[in-house]
Amino acid sequence: MQNQQEIENLKNIVQDLLDEAGRQGASAAEAGLSTDNGLSVTARLGEVETVEYHCDQGLAVTVYFGQRKGTASSNDLSVDSLRETVRAACSIARYASEDPYAGLPDKDLLATEFPDLDLNHPWSLNAEQAIDIAIECENAARHFHADISNSEGASISTHQGIRVLGNSLGFLQGYPSSRHSISCSVLAGTGDNMQRDYWYTVSRNPNLLETPVAVGEKAAQRTIRRQGARSLSTRQCPVVFAAEVATGLIGSLVSAISGGNLYRKSSFLLDALDTQILPDFVRIHEQPLIPAGLGSASYDAEGVATQTRDIVSQGILKSYVLSSYSARKLGMQTTGNAGGVHNLTVEPGDMDLDALLKQMHSGLLVTELMGQGVNMVTGDYSRGASGFWVENGQIQFPVEEITIAGNLQDMFKSIIAIGQDMDLRGNIRSGSILIEQMAVAGE
Amino acid sequence: MKLKIANDASVTMATRKRNKIKPAQAEDNQEKMTLLNQVTDSILVPHGMQRQDIDQIMAKLLSVPVDLADIYFQSSHFESWQLEGGIVKQGNHSIETGAGVRVVSGEKTGFAYSDRLELGVLMEAAGNVKAIVRQGQNRQVAVQNKGDRPQFYPALNPLGSLPDEEKIALLKKIDEQTRKLDNRIEEVMVSLVGVYENILIASHDGSLVADIRPLVRMNVTVIMEENGRRETGSMGGGGRNDYQFFLQQDTALGYGREAVRQAQVNLQAVDAPAGNMPVVLGPGWPGILLHEAIGHGLEGDFNRKGTSAFSGRVGERVASELCTVVDDGTLPGRRGSLSVDDEGVPCENTVLIEKGILKGYMQDKLNARLMGAALTGNGRRESYACLPMPRMTNTYMLPGNHNPEEIIGSVKKGLYARNFGGGQVDITSGKFVFSASEAYLIENGKITQPVKGATLIGNGPDVLTRVSMVGSDLELDSGVGTCGKDGQSVPVGVGQPTLKIDNLTVGGTSI
Repeated sequence: MQNQQEIENLKNIVQDLLDEAGRQGASAAEAGLSTDNGLSVTARLGEVETVEYHCDQGLAVTVYFGQRKGTASSNDLSVDSLRETVRAACSIARYASEDPYAGLPDKDLLATEFPDLDLNHPWSLNAEQAIDIAIECENAARHFHADISNSEGASISTHQGIRVLGNSLGFLQGYPSSRHSISCSVLAGTGDNMQRDYWYTVSRNPNLLETPVAVGEKAAQRTIRRQGARSLSTRQCPVVFAAEVATGLIGSLVSAISGGNLYRKSSFLLDALDTQILPDFVRIHEQPLIPAGLGSASYDAEGVATQTRDIVSQGILKSYVLSSYSARKLGMQTTGNAGGVHNLTVEPGDMDLDALLKQMHSGLLVTELMGQGVNMVTGDYSRGASGFWVENGQIQFPVEEITIAGNLQDMFKSIIAIGQDMDLRGNIRSGSILIEQMAVAGE
Repeated sequence: MKLKIANDASVTMATRKRNKIKPAQAEDNQEKMTLLNQVTDSILVPHGMQRQDIDQIMAKLLSVPVDLADIYFQSSHFESWQLEGGIVKQGNHSIETGAGVRVVSGEKTGFAYSDRLELGVLMEAAGNVKAIVRQGQNRQVAVQNKGDRPQFYPALNPLGSLPDEEKIALLKKIDEQTRKLDNRIEEVMVSLVGVYENILIASHDGSLVADIRPLVRMNVTVIMEENGRRETGSMGGGGRNDYQFFLQQDTALGYGREAVRQAQVNLQAVDAPAGNMPVVLGPGWPGILLHEAIGHGLEGDFNRKGTSAFSGRVGERVASELCTVVDDGTLPGRRGSLSVDDEGVPCENTVLIEKGILKGYMQDKLNARLMGAALTGNGRRESYACLPMPRMTNTYMLPGNHNPEEIIGSVKKGLYARNFGGGQVDITSGKFVFSASEAYLIENGKITQPVKGATLIGNGPDVLTRVSMVGSDLELDSGVGTCGKDGQSVPVGVGQPTLKIDNLTVGGTSI
């Protein structure tokens, strides 16, 4: 009830912003507002290290004067500030160029149904309780194995907030949501032979988090298994991207089929619609209405209804990822992806990670990637990696200080299998991915 | 922990300005405002707060025995303009104000912040954070101005330094001039960003320090197409200055020319080699080598905790004797420079490595106190809503005596890397990467074939021991770097002369 009242209050502010934009001469406007309250606690070596109270709010307004656009934002929700923010946006719009593609979304594409997506599960956690959980998590990691030598600590964070969006076409919606996480990072070894790894759990519902002990133990396990890592000689070999890094690989695909990169011709997948970009067993689909999903939303950042749909079906690219603006630039219709994708899911195969490694036989299992070596224009890919060398389907030893390289177009086409070991902790959900061959550079 | 640096044009930053005290009348008013008064007027006065209110909040923080406490007020004003497709299609303007309240006791930190600058709200925040310290005892200090300090940049507001029409005209001129350079250009994107920050820091020792921080950044990216092949080039720069910076010496148009040159080179590039080889790094921005390989590993927090590959190694050799590396926040007008850090401590020129020997770490107050080390002015935070940490400012290697041609001439077969995207490091294992965006083969002492971008990977604690030649051509980067640590982004600088690493892993595809 309290939320409902607060949402109504914030909706009134958004409506005030839209009205103010009209008064200042804007022919159309969009306004958004968000609040976020939270608590983060970190414990290290068995004692509390930091207690942080979060309290954020912000508003943003976009105004159109015909085909000219300006945006402004502020973290001050006072009446004076609303007026000044609108004024700043209008001032920019006056100087911006006419852009025939600018404007609000088409009215008939705006969301009209707002199902309860089960996104709000506040956690009434005080600092003392949070400290206890963080210490429990870190203790589980530190006492997991005698080789655990040090700790970066365990953290717990809980956030709850409200988002409201409105535009001058009459759209005005808001909803509360929550997000909680527990993470832990520990070290093994000493001196020149130290390794570190981490684990985390995140959910909208605190009851669905992994237990603090499970998170701690997983962090310790992951650290322990990296001990004694060494480089590899330079070679070509098959590569498995473990689920936690496979999601990033799929992220590069999403970026390449995103409207902004397409109309700027900054993508290696220009004109790829309805062509084969992945093997025919691959299906990638968007599931915006998953209850309590981390990326769930019934409307996008412009108020356009999100769509449950296939993006890649039988390996064929069926749809780009578009906002109203990028869609107009491309002569297409928005796909409800202003602000990004919503629970993009790579349909899992039937092998678990062990079975995937058996299928690979000999090759590299990558569990961590470093650096930004992905060229969206060409698809050229070269990144630092660490993980494990695999022979006969069995992990042999940990590896580090190597790079893996290839071209994303080839890498996507040469996917051999996708695991069932889905990582559900983000907006992109995928199992581990086996790629036929990449260049590995090392000692 | 993994830490990143990026040549990132899409800077987002907290910002705002409310003071309308400026030009005409202010000059009539003979009184020359001190920096402190100017900042107080800009941050506190519009919200009905006074300096005595700070005393009251501080008294509440100090009602428990703390080792340090501070209140950090910030008001930021940010704007950005973007050109693409030949038009300035949008701009963004953002204002942000807030205060963060912190107490530290031993290794424990309590922190809260608010975007409402109201005494009641901040007193409540103070009450929350001091709960981290258990026992009570009263202490009071009255805040006082610490007096004038050297300023390493002018107290300018970049946003007002050029009329909006002229900002637009500048972007359009860059677009037009750049497009003329090569008929293979498909798209030109230009961005212009300005930030104007006012900072006020009250500390438990009674000091009250103000700073006004301008920051500007421009970037030009081109996409070129030839026979179905597309390549990109990108160049930008900036610093703690106003927009006049880009108008001097043709600077802005120079970014366009350089972006085009890089795209032209990349259109000729073949697959990069894979494996170990000698690598020559060009001067300037390739200094991200230093930022990643050793810089992060020398931040005080990791060393106090013993989580860095450099922990406990002061006095040891970590580089060849040709290498002297400093972190210098005092370079005038540089992107990474600060007159005072975000804890009110004056920035310094700190020697990190002298002739190959590790001399010391970069510190903030908390870690310096716990390690018994001197302050170095490296306590930085992204905004009032974040805790300060030891961070770099401008990190660079001093010049040696080789001329660059001599260095390249000494390599029979290797890689010359002239430009980079970004880098990343795992400070615990010491492994770091940085990704070349413009590179060439060196064959028999000559730069020959351009090769595609590739990631280079190495081990921080020993990569600099393999530096066998250092050039006389020290350059600092053009003012493009943004460093990320624990979710907080801050502007930084890097620099180095041309240098040769005898052996480094190059992550190409050609085996």
